[in-house]
Amino acid sequence: MTHYDIHSIRADFPILKTTVNGKPLVYLDNGATTQKPLAVINAITDYYTLKNSNVHRGVHHLSQVATDAYEITRKKVKHYINAAHEHEIVMTSGTTHGINLVSSCYGKQFVKAGDEIIISAMEHHSNIVPWQMLCEERNATLKVIPISDDGELDMSAYRSLLNDRVKMVAVTYVSNTLGTINPVKEIIKLAHEYGVPVLIDGAQAIQHIAVDVQALDADFFVFSGHKMYGPTGVGVLYGKEKWLELMPPYQGGGDMIKEVKFEKTIYNELPFKFEAGTPNIEAGICLANAIDYINEVGLNNISLYETELLKYATKALNDVEGIRIIGTSQEKSSVISFLLDGAHPYDVGVILDKLGVAVRTGHHCTQPLMERFAIPGTVRASIAMYNTKEEIDTLVLAIKKAASMLL
Amino acid sequence: MTIKEIQNELIEDFSFFEDWMSKYEYIIQLGKELPLINEAYKTDDLLIKGCQSRVWLHADYQDGKVVFTADSDAIITKGLVSLMIKVLSNQQPKDIVNSELYFIDEIGLKEHLSPTRANGLVSMVKQMKLYAMALSAKV
Repeated sequence: MTHYDIHSIRADFPILKTTVNGKPLVYLDNGATTQKPLAVINAITDYYTLKNSNVHRGVHHLSQVATDAYEITRKKVKHYINAAHEHEIVMTSGTTHGINLVSSCYGKQFVKAGDEIIISAMEHHSNIVPWQMLCEERNATLKVIPISDDGELDMSAYRSLLNDRVKMVAVTYVSNTLGTINPVKEIIKLAHEYGVPVLIDGAQAIQHIAVDVQALDADFFVFSGHKMYGPTGVGVLYGKEKWLELMPPYQGGGDMIKEVKFEKTIYNELPFKFEAGTPNIEAGICLANAIDYINEVGLNNISLYETELLKYATKALNDVEGIRIIGTSQEKSSVISFLLDGAHPYDVGVILDKLGVAVRTGHHCTQPLMERFAIPGTVRASIAMYNTKEEIDTLVLAIKKAASMLL
Repeated sequence: MTIKEIQNELIEDFSFFEDWMSKYEYIIQLGKELPLINEAYKTDDLLIKGCQSRVWLHADYQDGKVVFTADSDAIITKGLVSLMIKVLSNQQPKDIVNSELYFIDEIGLKEHLSPTRANGLVSMVKQMKLYAMALSAKV
């Protein structure tokens, strides 16, 4: 694994040097959130030390400085996902906010009684519940693309779900529980044959896979800053101009208006129409530093490194007696969910924590998926650019220890 | 024994463990030994929903005392449940309602009572007190 110098990468993330329960931290909960490099941590301090001011409002110097910095992020995001226009980048508080915005605003405009919305069996609750709420409100129907035992979408079932009543397809790029990389390009192409727009939940893809929203032809693409080494509380909704123009605003308030009279308000243009109120300025600005950091390391390098590490981890875990990996798709990214025969995931998680290994246990906000596999939850190890083979070895030892205690 | 006496005894028992591992091995052992709840009581309405592990709790009233039986699908949770039952079962309703559970803290298992732990234990203690309260109102 010589895609980059792992030691210098690790040195950029101060938290990786800390200990938990007297053991060196092995952080394998990156699917929940990633750690932050010094470049981001320092930028946050810099912001409050030198730039703090409200954006898009004042004529004074500091407000201009903050606004410029905030808008630089929008430019960087545009390049990062290769959007056609900067005004197609709507800053949100995170993936959940982005999906709710689309389900609400697009739904208001386009979804009527008898219409259908398609999601998949492996969606995060954030990409289920907003659509369920919309369907209830509009008397529409939610359809679900089934998955195979390996955790792959049943594409022929998907094809047969498409028809003229479908008004939206919303699927995840990478499953947060199974690690499956879905064939989103094909999903989008098929939906477009019926004129149906597609929303891609990119929360687990954006930090691992190079995304080109134009090449994918995605209508909406959402993700969070904190899962890509950036601050918490900022996210992005990419939307094609034509859809964003046709959708009504999400929330009313400052920044989203051009002119307010008591008789009628003229809404601001894109993207500000969807950005009511003071945003999380600090996080918005410092997301640019996270993008810079990823670009410096090179997303392609990260991707290659993580793929190799995932292969190593999959093999190592498969060699442990009694381990069953949930999610064995051909195309996978950065996530391994597993069960230890006869042990509850919660128990395994408690013992791993005692040994300094941070994993996620439970249903991972994908309860319907747990039901599909008839399991109470899984133990999930999710990797990032700074994880190492040695850490995977520690994980394996910890699992063996847990097995010896629990079984 | 009173609730306080049982708690003090448990604190003394746990003081002999030198490291976390022997402590947890003991808890796991308790979990394995916990007399099983009657299968008939493992129903959804007796289920205390934690986020990750599930706990079933049943209360009986016998000779002026509340007798708890419980189960969980996770063994560490079950061990902790077993400790709670040692302390609160076979006690008078009013004593349960007024009890202050300090032993979990003292034996270094406080993290398991934190709400983020999502093991259903906090809800279980609440439910035990609610049962006791309902029964003491009846008496």
